[in-house]
Amino acid sequence: MIALEKRPQPSKTWVYLAPLLAVALTMIVGGVLFAALGKNPFSVISAIFYEPLFGEFSFYYRPQILVKAAPLILIAIGLSFGFRAGVWNIGAEGQYIVGAITGAAVGLALYPAETRLIFPLMVVAGALGGWAWGMIPGLLKVKFGANEILVSLMLVYVAERLVASMALGLLRSPEGRGFPGSRNLSQWASSANPELMAGTGVHWGVVAALIAVIFAYITLSRHIFGFHVRLTGQSPRAARFAGVNPGRMVLACMGISGALAGLAGLFEVTGPSGQITIDFNVGYGFTAIIVAFLGRLHPLGILLAGVLLALTYIGGEIAQSNLGLPGAAVQLLQGMLLFFLLAVDVMTNYRPAIGKREVA
Amino acid sequence: MNLSAIDPLLLLASLMVAATPILLAAIGELVVERAGVLNLGVEGMMIAGAVTGFVAATTTGSPWLGFLAAAGGGAALSLVFGLLTQFLLSNQVATGLALTLFGLGLSALMGQGYVGIKAPAFPDWHIPLLSDIPVIGPIVFQHDPMVYVGLLIVLAVWLFLKFTQAGLVLRAVGENHDAAHALGYHVRRVRLLAILFGGACAGLGGAYLSLVRVPQWTEGMTAGAGWIALAIVVFASWKPERLVLGAYLFGGVTVLQLNLQAAGVAVPVEILSMSPYLATIAVLVIMSAGRAPGSLGRIFHAAR
Repeated sequence: MIALEKRPQPSKTWVYLAPLLAVALTMIVGGVLFAALGKNPFSVISAIFYEPLFGEFSFYYRPQILVKAAPLILIAIGLSFGFRAGVWNIGAEGQYIVGAITGAAVGLALYPAETRLIFPLMVVAGALGGWAWGMIPGLLKVKFGANEILVSLMLVYVAERLVASMALGLLRSPEGRGFPGSRNLSQWASSANPELMAGTGVHWGVVAALIAVIFAYITLSRHIFGFHVRLTGQSPRAARFAGVNPGRMVLACMGISGALAGLAGLFEVTGPSGQITIDFNVGYGFTAIIVAFLGRLHPLGILLAGVLLALTYIGGEIAQSNLGLPGAAVQLLQGMLLFFLLAVDVMTNYRPAIGKREVA
Repeated sequence: MNLSAIDPLLLLASLMVAATPILLAAIGELVVERAGVLNLGVEGMMIAGAVTGFVAATTTGSPWLGFLAAAGGGAALSLVFGLLTQFLLSNQVATGLALTLFGLGLSALMGQGYVGIKAPAFPDWHIPLLSDIPVIGPIVFQHDPMVYVGLLIVLAVWLFLKFTQAGLVLRAVGENHDAAHALGYHVRRVRLLAILFGGACAGLGGAYLSLVRVPQWTEGMTAGAGWIALAIVVFASWKPERLVLGAYLFGGVTVLQLNLQAAGVAVPVEILSMSPYLATIAVLVIMSAGRAPGSLGRIFHAAR
């Protein structure tokens, strides 16, 4: 029998190997699944993972990858602080929505003023909106011991209904002929989040995501706060003795992840999506959870994982239009990726001891 | 606004129907958590059950076979969670989330050809004699059989946990897995069985939505019901008898807001439809004093 033996230290090799192996396994099992759906597995896998990067139309798809990766990275960086410290904010989708609403509301309140100062103001409002929405589960946890996983998730559903009511009511465009949805923010010069360099897909959200990666890297490796985050995750008791206030840690982690998710929402609603509609959100907040884990909660890893997951979105669209692959297949693939990562990850912390008798 | 349009008898009767999916999913999760495992994938297992149940019921024409298939589908999905957390020692929170994301994708894929079809009828039972009692009869004794199956499962779980040897072992495993292991109990086996039971119950709950409550298949139709079930378990302080109260309270909120929508209250529909989620948050805030099983969510690795 094969028994598992705890490694004294997590294996360095497997920390890097596990995500790669998980991606490979996902491709193999996904291929089998697509074959079962009656598609040619090789063309589907190449459509998803190869064509957006190196295919015939990659000049069009490559910028799209950045556009999709930016919100994923921005949100996942925020989540990684909490996940490291054992604070489980899984309601980033809600914070993303509320950030978009507050940011857009500030902008629309000043319509039709023509000054570029409005955009930074909206950015701040978006971050604050996401932060406030994230503080609700944080405060309820600290003050009343309410489970932050469930509260933050419930607030996603509340936020989804809030955005529907906004798109139909308060924020509805007076020139929209009664259709739901706000004014188009990307077509109003004061609030637009345009492509900064033509043909690259880089907008302010991409810039913010890169800044967040660098900021997170420095914080986690060089700053006392990052040390406290890591300490709380590895040993909450030791952290308390080191003077870390657990309540304040919860609030800090929820606040950071909320603010970054709010920012992501604001950049999305002023750029790629352009307006507040009933369902402008497309689940980045949930996919970002996969990004955070696949990136090993490390800023640079998250950067790579964000690009990979963005690739599956774009590639999924290609496979959908060219090969008739159902849209839900990509969601399935993303879920599978996280499963395989978690499965393979056993090798990071344990090693197989062959020949020893299995206990338990 | 016309509040007199709301018939209190009908309200109470539909409350039991609204509460049943949550009750089914929650009682399964309660057993899982009493065994010391936190499975956050209830939403994923529910929606998997909703789609397998719907597919099975529409192809065979029998709702009963649908429910059976749903229990199987939910259990199959929970097996993935069980193998990952019990044998590959993965983090339970992350694995549960993965299960939800995976289940949502899988169900959307499976249910593609079934959108817009109506589920086969699942007639109400008119329990003889009891359903003829005035007032109480129509409220309590004139529902479809699954309402009573749900209550019977709760009763069975209560009896199992309180009065049987196996129930005691399950609780021991959940309270302190190292001690249970030292006493010679099979921690992983007990937990795997509990996880499978939880998956089957969540599947039943999901199928109740797609076969009775709606009764149609739409993508993402559980709309957080699985997460609410998780909250109800906390509300019940991990006690089956209080679970019924929690689920019915929640069913009450849901039914009341639907009735208020229908009566045309001057509050926007979107705001009213937030109320079940806000009620759940309120429940979590008020009822956070309960004591969770000692080993809840911790990874068990027998070093010796």
